[in-house]
Amino acid sequence: MKYIDEYRDGKLGQQIAARIAAEADPSRNYSFMEFCGGHTHAISRYGVADLLPKNVRMVHGPGCPVCVLPIGRIDQAIDLALNRGAIVTTYADTLRVPASDELSMMKAKARGADIRMVYSVNDALKIARDNPAREVVFFAIGFETTTPPTALALQTAQREKLQNFSVLCCHVLTPAAITHILESPEVKDWHTVPLDGFVGPAHVSILIGSRPYEGFAVQYSKPVVIAGFEPLDVLQAILMLVRQVNEGRAVVENEFTRAVTRDGNAAAIQVVAEVLEVRDSFEWRGLGEVPHSALKIRPEYAAWDAERKFDLHYTQVADHKQCECGAILRGVKRPTDCKLFGSVCTPESPMGSCMVSSEGACAAHYSYGRFRDIPVVSA
Amino acid sequence: MSKKYIRPLDIKHGRVDMNHGAGGRASAQLIEEIFLRAFDNEYLRQGNDGATLPLPIELLQGARLVMATDAHVVSPIFFPGGDLGCLAVHGTLNDVAMQGARPLYLSASFILEEGYPLIDLQRIANSMGAAAREAGVPIVTGDTKVVEQGKGDGVFISTTGIGVVAAGVHISGDQARAGDVVLVSGTLGEHGVAVLSSRESMEFETTIESDTAALHGLVADLLAALPAGSVHVLRDPTRGGLATTLNEITRQSGVGMLLDESRIPVLPQVEAACELLGLDPLYIANEGKMVVICAPEAEESALACLRAHPLGLAACRIGIVTVDEHHFVQMQTRMGGRRVVDWLSGEQLPRIC
Repeated sequence: MKYIDEYRDGKLGQQIAARIAAEADPSRNYSFMEFCGGHTHAISRYGVADLLPKNVRMVHGPGCPVCVLPIGRIDQAIDLALNRGAIVTTYADTLRVPASDELSMMKAKARGADIRMVYSVNDALKIARDNPAREVVFFAIGFETTTPPTALALQTAQREKLQNFSVLCCHVLTPAAITHILESPEVKDWHTVPLDGFVGPAHVSILIGSRPYEGFAVQYSKPVVIAGFEPLDVLQAILMLVRQVNEGRAVVENEFTRAVTRDGNAAAIQVVAEVLEVRDSFEWRGLGEVPHSALKIRPEYAAWDAERKFDLHYTQVADHKQCECGAILRGVKRPTDCKLFGSVCTPESPMGSCMVSSEGACAAHYSYGRFRDIPVVSA
Repeated sequence: MSKKYIRPLDIKHGRVDMNHGAGGRASAQLIEEIFLRAFDNEYLRQGNDGATLPLPIELLQGARLVMATDAHVVSPIFFPGGDLGCLAVHGTLNDVAMQGARPLYLSASFILEEGYPLIDLQRIANSMGAAAREAGVPIVTGDTKVVEQGKGDGVFISTTGIGVVAAGVHISGDQARAGDVVLVSGTLGEHGVAVLSSRESMEFETTIESDTAALHGLVADLLAALPAGSVHVLRDPTRGGLATTLNEITRQSGVGMLLDESRIPVLPQVEAACELLGLDPLYIANEGKMVVICAPEAEESALACLRAHPLGLAACRIGIVTVDEHHFVQMQTRMGGRRVVDWLSGEQLPRIC
């Protein structure tokens, strides 16, 4: 595949890895958080961790859209489909996230709820047009990457006067989550979670640009290197982070120059600003209530806001007591630190959200990395 | 044959209705004018509820019978490179063949949804008939039921195959041994991507065609070419793809595997489609490929034999069988790292980010 294989070149990868090993100071450790689930997935799928020296450790961040979706929100979507006759549409992985009453959207579907997986919010609009007698709700999740299409769909619905379409808006914001992690006592005060820098988001940064991270570099003295989702991108970004740390610098650097600019996609930002506004607070699974960390639909579009249309009230629902997703999403614990990991919590029957998506830290480790303690013996 | 009925079936405009499943004259006419015509063979012509078949001569020489059954549902029913009909024949023939057997007979039963166009049904039946003839395996008996509209998805086909496996051939999922080599007969993922790309909700065009094919000829060549006992496992990586198939084998045989990612053959257009959809070709279904696990000393002749057959041109070695009490399938990645290639969990769903 042209323009992709180049970024998966094993030889080049090993060369960069050799440079990381050569430049990393053996007398210290390096801990970098890859914020995005896309990076977590790439690191696991391509075995990138194996190429790093022992003193360079990657910490998985909370940037997995389905992982941070709180139970209460999924309950709302299930309720709309199961009890209020709506067709609820959403993106794939969302279907498997565990919710209350041992349900998930997929299990609710088996109980008769009309829940449909869509590849794009446009498919949800089409379903609404094709089913004028039914309420069609798009359960909108994801970071800044998936937000502009939702905003456009709301504009389209308004223009077409599509009365039976609405959006349950659960879009979340990356910078707020990064701030939350940097402000957490484990990172800021107790220093129990060493964090020497961030591999910054790929697709999110195409939208918002690299500018929003500049504050983290200055205020918290943490280097940020924005990187693409291919294995070479990740390795190159790690090398750039090692160099910043070694040189005592903390700035935003952009490895993903083929797609990311400093100011992002102005047109997309504009559309989002017209239709959506920042919520005072939003519950994240694992992180709890995070101020100014999510978007809601502006009053001008109230007729297409499922929360208003169906008079939904949010109820917090606690995770399973032993589930460590929260600590794992903050980088405080590793998947294997959780008692449920691999015993009762597996990708087939996830207890926590990190085990659902292949971008989740637990699922990535379970699916790709759990052999690590057990060496292969060749016959 | 159609003289028995006042008018022949209106194939062009007609649709399946409840009468076609009631067992009366309408049922008989549907069977005669669509299925008998498409499958025609001496056993079916006996016209009985079951087929009476001659005993294969090999059974007197220590051969054993192999029987496999498979239900076929696919959406859409017609896809690039094939359709439900030929798939229902190939799928079951391959299950028989993967035991190292020579398939002899097939049965087919149909669950039709009221309202299904007869012209499409005829197309499916003709495709089945053609696939069976090409494979040299007759469909000797069958059944048809009709369900009310909304209670089926057009057509479901269940087929059963019977075959014979020669004395001394012991091919089974529990026969993989540490040190064996893992071969595949060709490129992976075409069937699943071809079907996906033709779904209504997927708006992308590809030139990818399903690889659906009957593999018993390839199996026969392989067994003839290699010393007895050197082929340990044969399996067609259908649902769940290569990854799931290999995990089944490691569990059954109590071994591990180490694959080399750079050796796993995937067509660039399949790789590109998977990239676009966020899917992994290792988990995508194939309908005309097989995994061969054989003794290392047989590798060269096995590959030569596979590559000499039109269905095995791209055959290659992708890995080895290892000792591993955890029965992991592991893979050396192209980047030089290592990872588990796990079972497919649930359906393969596209990622969001």
